Amino acid sequence: MSRQPQSSPDEPVTDAPAAVTDRGSAKRFTDTHIRPVADVYDSAGRMPDGLLKAASEAGLWAPFLPVEAGGAGVSFTTLGRIHEEVGRGCSSMRSLLTVHSMVSFAVHRWGTAEQRTRWLPGLADGSTPGSLCVSEPGSGSNATTELTTTAVREGTTWVLRGTKTWITGGQLARLFLVFARAPGGVVAFLVPAEANGVEVEPIEGMLGTRAGMLATVHLREVALGSEALLGPEAFASGMLLTGVLDIGRLSVAAGSVGILQACIDACASYTTERRVGGVPLRELPLIRARISDMVTDTAAARLLYEEAGRLKDANDSGTIMATMIAKYFASTRAARHANEAVQIHGANGCAPESSVARYYRDAKVMEIIEGSSEIQQLTIADAAYRIAA
Amino acid sequence: MADDTREQIHRFITSRFPDIGITHEDDIFALGFINSLFAMELVMFIEKTFAFTIPNEELRFDNFRTVASIAALVDRNRPASVTASQAPR
Ligand SMILES: Cc1cc2nc3c(=O)[nH]c(=O)nc-3n(C[C@H](O)[C@H](O)[C@H](O)COP(=O)(O)OP(=O)(O)OC[C@H]3O[C@@H](n4cnc5c(N)ncnc54)[C@H](O)[C@@H]3O)c2cc1C
Repeated sequence: MSRQPQSSPDEPVTDAPAAVTDRGSAKRFTDTHIRPVADVYDSAGRMPDGLLKAASEAGLWAPFLPVEAGGAGVSFTTLGRIHEEVGRGCSSMRSLLTVHSMVSFAVHRWGTAEQRTRWLPGLADGSTPGSLCVSEPGSGSNATTELTTTAVREGTTWVLRGTKTWITGGQLARLFLVFARAPGGVVAFLVPAEANGVEVEPIEGMLGTRAGMLATVHLREVALGSEALLGPEAFASGMLLTGVLDIGRLSVAAGSVGILQACIDACASYTTERRVGGVPLRELPLIRARISDMVTDTAAARLLYEEAGRLKDANDSGTIMATMIAKYFASTRAARHANEAVQIHGANGCAPESSVARYYRDAKVMEIIEGSSEIQQLTIADAAYRIAA
Repeated sequence: MADDTREQIHRFITSRFPDIGITHEDDIFALGFINSLFAMELVMFIEKTFAFTIPNEELRFDNFRTVASIAALVDRNRPASVTASQAPR
């Protein structure tokens, strides 16, 4: 059976985990600290403190930051592999890493020396969880053109007004990266969770990534000094968001491959045990055909995100398109094959705390976040009209 | 060398948009194809090809308006010892 052993979401995680710096250490972390509790905390709809602490001890939050900034200096290709492994265990945990990575990347890439000194240590060790605030009740795909959260400069102060929603990790975050509309265009701000006027309203019962600790974040006349402005005031604003979403897409692509691998593992195990008409399911041609497609798409999706990571590591501008392609392919295949995985598990796949049911729900979310499939479809076509530089 | 810089920038832009004919002085924003994806790609291309990180204060519309203004940005910021041909690829 693919169902995980039962345990309490608050069960203390005892052994101090080893540092996670590559696929092997991420796999061990996932198998020890995440998989045994993932279905339980998915049902509970929250992340156990023990797991968050273990992630900090393992340096899992932002290992791509340079060593001098408190990270482990791992490449983006390796980051993808780490997020694949975590995603194989639990998409909620991976999604917390995704948004945290986006915020950490933004501070490191665009921050001033003071902003880096202030925020990177806590982002690197996870003591300052970060969340990304783009979406609003009235804008998602159209975020950059139709943001209604405003940033108004009043003397030396910026005042933010608006509401952000679907904010992954919003219930945990100590730092929000908020995109708001200013007179010169869309601008990014680093907003401490304790700033006056920041109000966090938990969102419960999402379809997928249920333990992603989502929240609606109200910004009620939040007054910030100029040190809160991240990056330039114009031109780069849309670009900063593109850069941040690019990191998010790499993580979601890799996490989707994790879901695919988890589906393969679950189906391989279940179809070996479960017998129909005297034979194990795995011997039935229609089952084999489904698993063949799952294996093939997983291998292809893994190559796509690794290529995107490789281009990122080489600072090659082709990485942005490569990452979109990887995200589009991996997320749509994860949704397709998680559907098949439930089908293969029959009623057991629909049972409470069934792992494949969780993969199915989580995979659906992957098609919507960091630019939905439709948004990727609108953009990827551009690649057809390019020529080699 | 300045001409070479302009040529490399021009080649990058036309590789992304092969159907446009632009001079070094044409306003690329006015052509309407600049989106945030292309802006990010352009910045990555410049930083990799000319081996420097564009400071935040240089990320202004006017610096990216024409091939000539991008080349001027490059000339202002690139390390003196690094020429385009030596920059890491
Ligand atoms: C679990 C979860 C976690 C999330 N976490 C975060 C977070 O941490 N931070 C954050 O800012 N946001 C977050 N989001 C929000 C997410 O980014 C948005 O849901 C996403 O951008 C899509 O926006 P929307 O939901 O408003 O859909 P809409 O933009 O309203 O789109 C609705 C449908 O229309 C389609 N559509 C839109 N435009 C077009 C078009 N031009 N052509 C064809 N079809 C189109 C979309 O693909 C979609 O299928 C999260 C969402 C979920 C579900």
